[in-house]
Amino acid sequence: MKRIVYLLPLALFFVLVGYFLISLRPGHDTHELPSAMLEKPAPGFDLADLGDDNKLSLAGLKGHPVIVNFFASWCVPCRIEHPLLMRLSQQDHLPLYGIAYKDKPADSARLLATYGDPFRQVGMDQDGRVGLDFGVYGVPETYVIDANGIIRKRFVGPLTAEAVERDLMPLLKQLEPSS
Amino acid sequence: MRKFVLCMVLLLGALPARGVEPRERLADPALEARARTISGELRCLVCQNESIDESGADLAHDIRILVRERLTAGDTDAQTIQAVVNRYGAFVLLKPPVEPATYVLWFGPPALVMLGLAATGLWLHRRQVAPNETTPLSPDESRRLAGLLRDNEG
Repeated sequence: MKRIVYLLPLALFFVLVGYFLISLRPGHDTHELPSAMLEKPAPGFDLADLGDDNKLSLAGLKGHPVIVNFFASWCVPCRIEHPLLMRLSQQDHLPLYGIAYKDKPADSARLLATYGDPFRQVGMDQDGRVGLDFGVYGVPETYVIDANGIIRKRFVGPLTAEAVERDLMPLLKQLEPSS
Repeated sequence: MRKFVLCMVLLLGALPARGVEPRERLADPALEARARTISGELRCLVCQNESIDESGADLAHDIRILVRERLTAGDTDAQTIQAVVNRYGAFVLLKPPVEPATYVLWFGPPALVMLGLAATGLWLHRRQVAPNETTPLSPDESRRLAGLLRDNEG
């Protein structure tokens, strides 16, 4: 009995070490927060389109699962994920929609003209209000919204090929088995 | 020395003003006071260990505006805080709520202190009890002791 009591601090120490190992493992971002909006209806939005007079609205997106990507021309990590977005839209024909977060239309347009436009439509969220409603706390963030307008997945930070393979593709298959 | 103190005070005064900006303030002092209190309890998600009241981050500004909008619209303090929690989750609360998921956080440290006190108490108790357990000298031993003491004096 006594021996067990003496081993207790050692056991506690190993519990702590285990906790640190999990928190410090490569690829684990301590700044990544679970979304409070997961499995909840996406907040409604109705944004001016970047290119034409159409509006990008939540109501208009319902009926099919879509991927909504918050980006900005001033955002460096967005450039990192841009080639991947281009691939997803051109090779995999994924329904990508962009929301330019706190960006000027001219700047967003220049970005898309220079690096290519992976989006079916781009909405301008100039005051960041839609981002605020989604709980965006830094660009880029990517949301998967199902046909009923429910947020099914959130990716914080630039999308990676690994995350697409592991999370995004299976989820889209599950949401729309026909495609 | 006095000059040094004066320098320090002036330096403190020269720190850049951050957080709530004048143009954000509400005209109604009562509402503004409530907004300040609420802002002090909400975490800025960019800087993570500052409240949105203190933070100069863009996002903190947006949330401060949201808080003020809700208050102006007639929401209670609780409704306003809930509106922010709905968007960002319970993590935005600098003081975490007491719920099953946070029991370890809230009650763990006091429990550890109690455990430590109990263990210390037990240890001290055992140490005090120990001397009482010595058996008194037998008559034979008493006689030998008395003899030794006598020899010593002599």
